[in-house]
Amino acid sequence: MLKHISPDSRITRRTLLKTLGLGGTAALFPGRARAAALPASGGETATLLDLSKCIGCGACVEACRETNGKRYPKPIKPLPTLLPPGTKNEDFSDKRGDDTRLTPYNWLTIQSATVDGQEVHIPRRCMHCQNPPCANLCPWGAASKRESGTVEIDPDICLGGSKCRDVCPWQIPQRQSGVGLYLHILPTMAGNGVMFKCDRCQDRVAKGQLPACVEACPQSVQSVGPRDELAAQARRMASERGGYLYGLEDNGGTNTIYYSPVPFEKLNAAVAKGPGKPHLASVADSMADSNTLAWAVLLAPLAGAASALLKGTKKILASKETKEGSHE
Amino acid sequence: MNSAWIYRIAMAVLAVSGVAQMPVFKRYGIASIPGLGWTADYFFTHRLHYVAAALLLFWLVRRLLLDGPAALGKARLALLGALVLTGAIRMLKNLPDVDFSPLTVMLVDWTHLAAAMAIGLAALVMLAKRRADARERINRR
Ligand code: SF4
Ligand code: SF4
Ligand code: SF4
Repeated sequence: MLKHISPDSRITRRTLLKTLGLGGTAALFPGRARAAALPASGGETATLLDLSKCIGCGACVEACRETNGKRYPKPIKPLPTLLPPGTKNEDFSDKRGDDTRLTPYNWLTIQSATVDGQEVHIPRRCMHCQNPPCANLCPWGAASKRESGTVEIDPDICLGGSKCRDVCPWQIPQRQSGVGLYLHILPTMAGNGVMFKCDRCQDRVAKGQLPACVEACPQSVQSVGPRDELAAQARRMASERGGYLYGLEDNGGTNTIYYSPVPFEKLNAAVAKGPGKPHLASVADSMADSNTLAWAVLLAPLAGAASALLKGTKKILASKETKEGSHE
Repeated sequence: MNSAWIYRIAMAVLAVSGVAQMPVFKRYGIASIPGLGWTADYFFTHRLHYVAAALLLFWLVRRLLLDGPAALGKARLALLGALVLTGAIRMLKNLPDVDFSPLTVMLVDWTHLAAAMAIGLAALVMLAKRRADARERINRR
C-alpha cells in the first residue's frame, strides 16, 4: 500500500497514517498537542530572516534571554563524578552572561561578517529542520518535532547524552550537566545533563503571542508564516533583488529561511565558527539514506511471504511427483 | 533449509546497532578500539539497524506462514510483536512529513527499548538454562 505513495506527496502520506490510526494519536493528548503550534496554518510554520535589514543590535538576543531565562538550567552542585574516568561534565552556569555563542543559557546569538564591503549580521539559533535528525534519532523520546514544524527537547525527559548535538548538522543543542532526569537514575554511569536550544517560544505561541525575538526586532527582520508561502516569498526576493537563500533545501529543508544580499559561501568563510557558533555551509539531507532503506524494511515482509509461498509450492510439487512416481 | 541462523544474525545486528543508538560506545571507549570506530557513527549504525530489521521481518513473516504462530511461542511472539510495531512507528516518524505528538514519541521509544531489553534478558535466561540442562545431562552419565 505504502509503495504507491510518492515520496513528496505530503497529503496522501498523512492521510494514510491517519487511516492507520497513527497520525491521529495526537488527538489522544489534546492538552499537550494543542499547545503545539505557532499561529494555526494547517501546515508547517517557518520564519524568514531578511539579513539585509538586520543591524545587529541584539534586541532579539536580549528578548530571548529575558523571556526564556526562567527556563534556563539550575544545576545542582557539585556536579556528579562521571564514569568512566575522563568523561567530562559540561558546565556553563558561570558563563550565563555569554551571548557570543549558543549555550544552555543563550539560545540565540548574532554572527557578523563583512563580505564584499557589506556588513551582514546573522541571528543564529535552531533551524527547526523539516526532518530533524536530532528528534528522529533521539533514542529516549525526549526530542520531537511538532506538526507546526517546531522541534523541541523536553527538559524533564532528556538525559543529556548529546546525541542530538552530534547528529545536528549545525551542532545546535547545548548541554548543561547537573540538571535533569539522569540525576535520579545512574548519574555517574549514564547521561550527563539536559540539552537546551530554541523551541520557538512555545509558551508564548500557545498563548497566541509571537516568539519574543520576532516581536522585539526594531527592523522586522523576521517574518512568520506557512512555510510554502514564505519559501515562495524568499524565492521572489532572491530573484527580484538578486540575493541568496539558505535553509530552503539544507538538511532536507528547514523551517528557518535566510535571505542574504551576499553569497552564503562567502558569509560562511567569514564568520567565526566553532562550538556554539554554527557554520553556514550547504548541508545534504541527513536522513535521506535511512529513509531510502525504510522502503526495504517496508517491503521485507512481502519478500518473506513470497519466499514462504515458494517453499510451500515446491513442497506440494515435490510430494505430487513422489506420489505420481509411486503409481508407475 | 533451517532459517534459524537468519533470526540469530538479524537479532545480533539489531542488538549491537540498537545499543549503538544510545551514546555509550564512545563514552565507554569501545569506539576507540581499532576497527570498532563505526560503533559511534550514529548514521551508519542507524542504517545497519534498518537492514537488520528488514532481515528480521523477512524471517518473521516466512516463519509465521510456514510453521504458524505456535512454533514461535506465545511470549516470544508478543515481545517480537511489540518490538516490530514500535520500531515501525519510529521508522515512519523518521520519514519527512510524519510527526507524532511528543508524548507518543516518548511512549513508543520507551516501549521499543523495554521490548528489546526483555528479549535480550529472555535470550540470556534461555542460554543459561540450556547450559544448566547440558551440564545435568553430563552429570547424569
Ligand atoms: S533585533 Fe532584529 S535587527 Fe536587531 S539583531 Fe536581532 S534580528 Fe537583527
Ligand atoms: S538545527 Fe539541529 S537541533 Fe535544530 S532541528 Fe535541525 S537538527 Fe535539530
Ligand atoms: S523563538 Fe524564542 S526561544 Fe527561539 S530564539 Fe527566538 S526568542 Fe529565543
